[in-house]
Amino acid sequence: MSAWLSIENLGLTEGATRIIDSATLTLSAQRNVVLGPNGAGKSTLLRLIHGLLHPSAGQIRWPKLLSQAMVFQRPVMLRTTALANVEYGLKLKGHGAAERARRASDSLARVGLELIADRPARLLSGGEQQRVALARAWALEPELLILDEPTASLDPASSREVERIINEIAASGTRILMTTHNLGQAKRIAEEIVFIDRGRIVEQTAVEQFFTLPQTEAAQRFLQEETP
Amino acid sequence: MTTISDSFLTAWQLVAAADARLAGIVLLSLRVSLIATVIACIVGMPVGAMLAVGRFPGRRPLIVLFNGLMGLPPVVVGLLVYLLLSRAGPLGSMGLLFSPTAMVIAQAILVTPIVAALTRQVVADSWSEYREQLRSLGAGRTRSAATLLWDGRFSLSTAALAGFGRAIAEVGAVMIVGGNIDGVTRVMTTTIALETSKGDLPLALALGFVLIAVVLSINAVAYAVRGWAERRWG
Repeated sequence: MSAWLSIENLGLTEGATRIIDSATLTLSAQRNVVLGPNGAGKSTLLRLIHGLLHPSAGQIRWPKLLSQAMVFQRPVMLRTTALANVEYGLKLKGHGAAERARRASDSLARVGLELIADRPARLLSGGEQQRVALARAWALEPELLILDEPTASLDPASSREVERIINEIAASGTRILMTTHNLGQAKRIAEEIVFIDRGRIVEQTAVEQFFTLPQTEAAQRFLQEETP
Repeated sequence: MTTISDSFLTAWQLVAAADARLAGIVLLSLRVSLIATVIACIVGMPVGAMLAVGRFPGRRPLIVLFNGLMGLPPVVVGLLVYLLLSRAGPLGSMGLLFSPTAMVIAQAILVTPIVAALTRQVVADSWSEYREQLRSLGAGRTRSAATLLWDGRFSLSTAALAGFGRAIAEVGAVMIVGGNIDGVTRVMTTTIALETSKGDLPLALALGFVLIAVVLSINAVAYAVRGWAERRWG
C-alpha cells in the first residue's frame, strides 16, 4: 500500500504542556498499532488524526481523503436497541431506511450478535457493547478504522473476540490504526508499530523487528518494562 | 376546633361526591397547567439542549439567565402578561385578558425557564459522555442535541414534571391574568385563596386535598416510569 497519511511537525499544546510534540509520520502499512507508555499521547494522536481535536501546529495530509470510523475504549450506546445503535451511524450518513436495516443486521451478524439485535444496548455486557460499537463502525464500511484501546476494559474472552473482529475488518481491506496496552495483541494485529513517548514519535518499525530488535533505547526500555 | 374538623368532614364529602363545582375547578386547573407545560416543553427542551451542546456567543449569560429565571416570581409574570394583554397593551386587541388562554400564556412563560434549565443539565451530562462518539459519527450540533433529547427522554420527564408542579401550584400569575372569575377562570389555587379569605374552609380544604393528591400521584407515576425505563433501557 502506498502512503495514505502523512503528518508533518504535528503539535498539540495545552497550557504549557506539549501533548504532541512535532510529530512527523507517514503511514503506508494497512495495519498500524501505536504503542507507548501511559500518557505518551497515543489517544491524542488518534483523535488528532480522526479530527476530534485540532492541532496547534503542523499538518495532517491525506493523499486521498479516506472515510473513517472510530471505536473508543468505552463504547457509547444510545438508550435503544443494539440494532438501532448500529443503524444510527448509517442514518447520519444519509442512508435510507431499508438500506440501513439491511446493513445494520449484516454488520451485527458479522460480530456475532444477530441474536441480541433487539436487546437494549446499554444492558449488554461490556464486551457485547464493544462489539456493537465495532458493528456500528463496520456498517459504515470505512476505509480507515481507528481504535483507541478497544479491549482495555474487557475480560480476556471478550478481548479475543474483539481482536478477531478487528482482524476480519482488516481482512475486508480497511486500514487499521489502533492503540493497545496488550503487546501480544499488537504483535498479532500489526504490520507496523509506531512507538511514541512523551508526545514524540520515537520510532516506526515493522512488527517483527520492533519486538526482537527495537531501534531506540526508549522502545527497548518500554518492552522490558511491559514484558512480564 | 370543631369548625376545623367539620371543615375536614365537609371537604371529604365534597371530594367523595365529586361535587360539580369542585370538579369544574379541578379540571380547569389541570387543563391550563397541562397545556402550559406542554408549550413550555416544546419551547424549553430544544432551548435547553442547544444551551448544552451549542457554541454561540452569549451562551454562558443565557445559561445564567435561565437558571435565574427558574425562580421567577409568579406575580411578576402575571403582571407582565397583564400589561401585554390589557386593553392598552400591545396584544390588547386580542381580548385575551381574564380568559383561560391568558392563564396558559402566563404559566407557560413561568415554566419554560424551569424546563429549559433542567433540560440543559440533563443534556450537558450526557453530552460529556457522548460528544466524541457523536462527532465521530458525523453528527452536527443540532443533530446531537436532538439525539440527546431523545436519549434522555426518561430523565427529561422529571424536567416536565417540575414544570407542571410549578404551574399547578402557583397562584400569583393566574390570579392576575385570569381574574378568578367564577366558572370561567377560577382554578384550584385561586379558589383556595379566595374561599379561605371568605371563611369557607371546606371548599378550600377539599381543593387543597385534591391539589396535593394530583401533585403526589403525578410524581409517583413519573417515578415508576423512570424506574421502569432504567430497567428497560439502562
